[in-house]
Amino acid sequence: MARTIRIQSEPFSAAAETAALTEGRGDVGAVVAFTGLCRDEGGRLKALELEHYPGMAEAEIGRIAEQAENRWPLLGLTVIHRFGRISPGEEIVLVLAASAHRQAAFEAASFLIDYLKTRAPFWKREHLEDGTVGAWVEAREADDRAMERWS
Amino acid sequence: MKLVYFAWVRERVGRTDEEVELPEGVGTVAELVRWLKGRGEEYEYAFENEGIVRAAIDHVHVKLEASLAGAREIAFFPPMTGG
Repeated sequence: MARTIRIQSEPFSAAAETAALTEGRGDVGAVVAFTGLCRDEGGRLKALELEHYPGMAEAEIGRIAEQAENRWPLLGLTVIHRFGRISPGEEIVLVLAASAHRQAAFEAASFLIDYLKTRAPFWKREHLEDGTVGAWVEAREADDRAMERWS
Repeated sequence: MKLVYFAWVRERVGRTDEEVELPEGVGTVAELVRWLKGRGEEYEYAFENEGIVRAAIDHVHVKLEASLAGAREIAFFPPMTGG
């Protein structure tokens, strides 16, 4: 199983990562990609700042990936999560799940992002259009419920 | 033992990390939180809602009743908002 997990400040290319995941192999029949982007919240937001816990971020995403691999017949899996300052329209997170058939790929990608949102040690803070530093983003109960539906 | 703090817990405590010697009788994460709260108002403020702050021992999520035995690094942070 090809597993790639990266925590980085630089942007990434979903297309290049997808190509890397499937290059040179003929067994993959489905790749599902989820890309999470920074929203401007109706023009209110100038940027998001993402803080993370180095070491634990990689370890926790690894544990989540392992659960997905045990649950679905995956052929490949990529998770990239950015940290630092990110502007509206830029990507924050990428999840790729590859399998022989679509259902496993859809479900695994959905599981991975639901778990990432509530278990991976990242925190967002808002930087506002007027130049001030806004509040830390509060965790959403809907995200907890999204994760709980997998148990 | 090393303590590390993130996001608004870090801001309220006023530091990113520190080394502490645990006193006798502090054996769980909950007991550590109680001890920290007695060290000053910045800790009192950071842990004012005990149900909110999350903890990890050596990079693994734990509950408040988890034992500190053998732990090298304890982290405290708010609920996560990545993704």
